[in-house]
Amino acid sequence: MMELQPGGIRDEEVDILLDDLLSLYGYDFTNYSRASLKRRIANLFTIDRFPSFAEFRYRLRMDHEYLLRFVQQVTVNVTEMFRDPPFYKTLRTEILPLLAARPVIRIWHAGCSTGEEVFSVAILLKEAGLLHKSLLYATDLNPGVLEKLRRGIFPMAQMRQYSENYNASGGKSDLSKYYTAQYDWAKFDESLSARMIVSTHNLVSDSSFNEFQLIICRNVLIYFDKELQNKVLNLFDQSLETLGFLALGSKETLKFSSIAPMYKQLENREKIWRKKE
Amino acid sequence: MEEKRIDNVQLLLIGGSAGSLEVILEVLPNLPTNLSIPVVIILHRKNFNDLLLIDLLSIKLSLPVKEAEEKEMIRPGIVYIAPADYHLLVEKDKTFSLDDSERVNYSRPSIDVTFESAADVYGPTILALLLSGASADGTEGLKAVKQNGGVCVVQDPAWAEVGYMPQQAIRHVAIDKVVNNNELKELVRSLKKE
Repeated sequence: MMELQPGGIRDEEVDILLDDLLSLYGYDFTNYSRASLKRRIANLFTIDRFPSFAEFRYRLRMDHEYLLRFVQQVTVNVTEMFRDPPFYKTLRTEILPLLAARPVIRIWHAGCSTGEEVFSVAILLKEAGLLHKSLLYATDLNPGVLEKLRRGIFPMAQMRQYSENYNASGGKSDLSKYYTAQYDWAKFDESLSARMIVSTHNLVSDSSFNEFQLIICRNVLIYFDKELQNKVLNLFDQSLETLGFLALGSKETLKFSSIAPMYKQLENREKIWRKKE
Repeated sequence: MEEKRIDNVQLLLIGGSAGSLEVILEVLPNLPTNLSIPVVIILHRKNFNDLLLIDLLSIKLSLPVKEAEEKEMIRPGIVYIAPADYHLLVEKDKTFSLDDSERVNYSRPSIDVTFESAADVYGPTILALLLSGASADGTEGLKAVKQNGGVCVVQDPAWAEVGYMPQQAIRHVAIDKVVNNNELKELVRSLKKE
């Protein structure tokens, strides 16, 4: 049996890899939460059966394909549709009605991974009759996960859970209305993806690229240290209209950041903040 | 287990699955009221309300009980609960971080993930306790605790409501002590006080 131990990689070795990634490729992981990153690097080292750290490092330095694998494996790409249904219920009942009068609704899903949450929001917009005038910008640093998002095909095995989430979020019909089952896969309706703009964007190093009424970035900040969290929250602040909304993951907060005084959390304590006038 | 090693303990870790909540509620009221180390509990639970769990423990314990929050400093005398649906990790500066990556041993939070990352930081000053459960979670974590010089204690499978989890640990790790519930109470009573 394979043993996965964080002891497989030492802290100094993590530092060496992070230096390489930054100097050779411009990927900056130095302000990521170290415990999770170290664990994932150690797991990858074990799974890919490198005989030594030196060979691991060499491969990462020399093989561009392996770089993509490395980045995708050490970042967390777990996501689901309608995760935390009360959050989606709040989007449905409180946020979308406030955006409805806009001629164009711009939403940024930052760190969207394979896009299950982007499709979830597209479904909310469709049910609110707003999808036709909405633009959903979906960004992530991994090109690989964005490829999956573009296809809009998700494992059929998860649809039962997603349907329960959808119903709990106040879904108006049946989730299955939005996809076609093909063997083990569910292919989502192209009318949903038609309003998505998909692009790589690195929250650590890339800048603001538009102004939005809603920015959704859930379970991304937990992987950053406080300094980087603050930097990214400032990037969101620059990218958000006055009276726009910022939505974070269920264990994330902007309470301790420098932008906190300019924002007000929703009354129902969901992790959604509105930018003050 | 020599007194000396217990005196060295700077962090108490508790991992439990099926049948462990009752043990926790029975044993932890014996923690000294002026405990001078932090306690971190990783409990598998299905659809069990987090606030209810914290309330339940708060009623039974005289120590403050709270959910571990990301980037929070780990402070002595506080009982922390790993939040549902996230892995809980320990950073080098003795703060918590959260991770919503894949389940480990079908579990999130996983006992292994927390134990391994805590072992990396607290080394020989950990006392890790594994209780009742039907999962194989915890065994790899105890291995890491042991490798880093910490103390590993498991609940006697005969006393556990579900003996599988402690049994797995006993089979694969050189456990320092296998304890029944009464010995467990003694042990937590003897933890370092202010």
